[in-house]
This record gives sequence, structure tokens and C-alpha cells, in this order.
Amino acid sequence: MSKIIPIGPYHPLQEEPELFKLYCEGEIVKDIKWETGYNHRGIEKLSESKTFDQVFFLVERVCGICSTSHPFAFANCMEEIGEVEIPDRAKYIRSIIGELERIHSHMLWFGLAGHFIGYNTVFMWVWKYREPVLDLFEMITGNRNSYAMFKIGGVRRDIENNKIGKIKETLDLIRKKTDMLIGAVMDDPVIHARTKGVGILTKDDIINYGAVGPTARASDVAIDVRHDNPYAAYPLVNWKIITAKEGDVFAKVEVRLLEILESVSIIDQCLEGLKKEKEGEIETKVKAIPEGIGTGRAEAPRGEVFHFVKTNGSNYPERHKIRAPSYVNIATFKKSCIGQTISDATISLAAVDPCYCCTERLASVYDKDTGTKVFGGEELIKNSQQKTREIQKTILRNEH
Amino acid sequence: MGFKEFCFKKSLWLFHFGGASCNNCDIEILACLTPRFDVERFGMQLVGSIRHADVLLVNGSINQKDKVRLLELYRQAPKPILVVAIGACGCTGGIFAESNVFAGPVDKIIPVDAYVPGCPPKPEAIIAGIVKLLNKKPAKQKTA
Repeated sequence: MSKIIPIGPYHPLQEEPELFKLYCEGEIVKDIKWETGYNHRGIEKLSESKTFDQVFFLVERVCGICSTSHPFAFANCMEEIGEVEIPDRAKYIRSIIGELERIHSHMLWFGLAGHFIGYNTVFMWVWKYREPVLDLFEMITGNRNSYAMFKIGGVRRDIENNKIGKIKETLDLIRKKTDMLIGAVMDDPVIHARTKGVGILTKDDIINYGAVGPTARASDVAIDVRHDNPYAAYPLVNWKIITAKEGDVFAKVEVRLLEILESVSIIDQCLEGLKKEKEGEIETKVKAIPEGIGTGRAEAPRGEVFHFVKTNGSNYPERHKIRAPSYVNIATFKKSCIGQTISDATISLAAVDPCYCCTERLASVYDKDTGTKVFGGEELIKNSQQKTREIQKTILRNEH
Repeated sequence: MGFKEFCFKKSLWLFHFGGASCNNCDIEILACLTPRFDVERFGMQLVGSIRHADVLLVNGSINQKDKVRLLELYRQAPKPILVVAIGACGCTGGIFAESNVFAGPVDKIIPVDAYVPGCPPKPEAIIAGIVKLLNKKPAKQKTA
């Protein structure tokens, strides 16, 4: 007889609403189920009522942490439909923003992971050094999160050459502090004990579940959209895919920390590239988007973001489909958490850096034969309430 | 000064309810706790249960699934409680106000004492908003 331990939906451990049910026998997790929908906002439907320029601001708010990757994928998608080639300066700026975001997202995750295993010092430390990255964002784009930098055909704001010095200064600081973190944290025997051999995902698991991003790279699957389907300035700079072999939580920490250093190096090279381009040439004018379908991909900090858009020659998307990385990554919980103790399950859950605001879907039931909608949320509630009333009536009748 | 007013003088304890949000406000609330902003110098800290809280922070647009749970949380909260709506979505619904699952901004569901606008509001703005609540008398409570 297994006991159910609920985590969520509004749990102090998580900043986002989601519900996990751990089915436990003693200390051991035997099965896991999760329930989403607390975060559903109907973005794909909303997108159909916005013009292409407005959609950027909407998809930016799919997820606040990776708020560049969604506009990135959408821009790639629209540029495929319109066959637009963007200037090199815009490519560099896009990559810089994308990589800065990866740095701040990985730092954020690392801090939270430290918090989950009871190392609040790590949490405070890492978040302290994350602030200079956000300051850079504020300097470049005017906002700490949600940057509104992207548009079809280029970017909205330039990074003037006089800002490059300040950016390099901050990058040096980040490089130094990341080295410090790698030294301090990766050699800590307690962190080794808590994360090594925990939540192991083998190469086959990754392929079977279709996991992406650092989750896959930590299990020796070298999958990265920046490499497999190059976009923006990534073909113009030298960088390598970081992988690890073990597939446990420690490997995921390792991959993310090393990726921070790799991102710093990419930004450095992009800044050198910026110096060669003429200031102000940041966009190609786009008059109209023709009818057609397009797909766009981008490597978010958590993995591949995929956008599909169908246009009909008007100013609005006819259909907009979004697939976020966490949607495939959270399925690996079935593998990584089962058989662990409850205390290890939390860090295994956190290890894929799940982002539920990206992942939310709405469920509705359709009749298999007729294809008509059977139950929406309200009908189900109504149905359930009706059943209660019927039971009340029967009980009352029996009593009298 | 009555006992209830005395309780709101210092060290407000916060409970965070993240509605259907894009996660930006959530991480900015967390950022308030970290060394640069350090909200604990006002004696404020996030607590794990609404039953321990003086302040309920609500961010994100509220969808139909959240609405029921927000009402339930408000019912469980010790009264009087201060409610802060954080972010454009919490204040008005923001960009998601036209969504088909939107169930009303926070102040249509429970009484709100302070609004912190912004998308997302900077941690400084959140701190300024919450500090203004010190010594404030809570809005008229709904008996749910």
C-alpha cells in the first residue's frame, strides 16, 4: 500500500504552481504523477489576435527566465517565412542577448539547486553574482527581465561600441566568480555525496524520452540547436558543446557551470565581431509577411524551443504552435525519480530545471467517434457537483 | 494601539502565491531575499504556510483553476491579512487579460491593499511597496 506525498501546487519549495504526487512505500518513491494547468494562460490562442510585432511581447512572457529564447525562435520562424536575411550586427546582438540569458538562467538554477539540498550559502552567493548580469541587461535593454530586443528583420536597440568595455568588465567578473564556484562547490564532499549517482538518466533514457538541452548533454547526448541548426551568430564564432558522461545530478551541475564559461567566451567573440560592424545597422526593413508556414528553433537555457507559425498573408498569425523544452524534459521524472528516496527526489525533480510556465497545456476531452468536445473544466465541475447532490438526495431519502 | 495594529508594526511575514504568471515576478520576489536587496533587514521573510503569514503576495494573472485555490487560501489566512498584487498581471491582468482562461485580476477576487505595477517590477519597487504596508491598517476584510 503506497502513501501519496503531494508536493504543491503552492509549495514553499517551488516558485511556480505545479503539483507532484509521489507514491511512496516507506522512504522509496515507487511512482510519480504530476498535474499542471495552474499556470495556463492560453498564449497560442492569444497570439492569433496579435499582430506579428505584438506577438514578440507576448511570447516573451511565455517564460520570464528564458524570455529571449521564445522571441528568438519566433523571429527565426518569421524570417524563414519571409525569407529575410538580417545584418551581421543584429546577429551578434541577438547572440549576445541569448548567451547573457543563458548565464543568468544557469546561475539562477544553480542557486536554487543549492537551496534544495540545504546549501543556502550557495543560493545567496550565486544570486549575488547573478545581479551584475541583470545590470548589463538593464544597461543594454532597459529592463532586468523581458528585454523586448527582437523584431522581424533585426533587433530594436543597438549595443553602442562605448558600452563594450563595461560588458567586458562584467564578463571578467563572471568568469572569475564561476571559476571560484567551480572550485568551491565541485570539490565539496557533501555536494558529491548528495548529487553523485542520484537521478541517473542513461543515454538510452534520454533518446527514448526525447529530452533536450543540458539534461540530454549531461548524459552524453551532444544535442544543441546552436550546433545542429545554426542561427544568428553561432556559425561565426568558435565554441564547443559541453557534455558529461554520468547522467546524474552532479553531471548536470557540471554541464551548466561549464556552459556559463562557454557563454562568456561566445559573448567575448561576438563583442569583437560587433567592433568590426558599422554602428546602427541593426535591421532589415520588412514590408509584409507572405502566406506560408515556417518553423523556428532556438536553444533556450533549458533546451530546444520550437515555434511553428502559419500565416495567411494578413498581419496576424493564423496558427501559432509553441513547444518548450520542459515539456519533454519533465517526462524523464518517470525514470529519474522512481527508486530514489524522498529526499533525493526533490533534487532529481529540480535537476532538469523544469519551467512550468512554458509547459502549461489545457486538457479537454473529445468523443472518439463523433469528434465533438465532451467535457471542459466547467462541465466537469458541474457534473461532479450534480453527483454530490444526487448522493445527498439518496442519503436523505434513506434516512427518512 | 490594539494587538492587531501592533502585529503589523514590524517583521511582516510573507506568503507568496504565484498565479498563472510568466515566472518573472516570482524570481524578482526571490531576488528580494538575496544579498543585494536583502528584505530580511526589515524582518521580512517568506514563510511556508499561509497560516503563519501577515502578507499575501499575489502575482500573475489568475486563471480559472487558480481562482478557486486563491479564494481557499484567503479563507485559511489569519485575519486581518494584507494582500499585495505584484506585477502588471496581478494588478490588471496585463497582456493576458484577453485570454480565454482569465478569471479576473486579483482585486476582483479578494480585497487588495497595495499594487506594485511593472512587468516585472524591480525588486526595489517590490520592497518599496511592501515597506509602505508597515503600520498600515488592512483593507476591509471579506468574510468568505
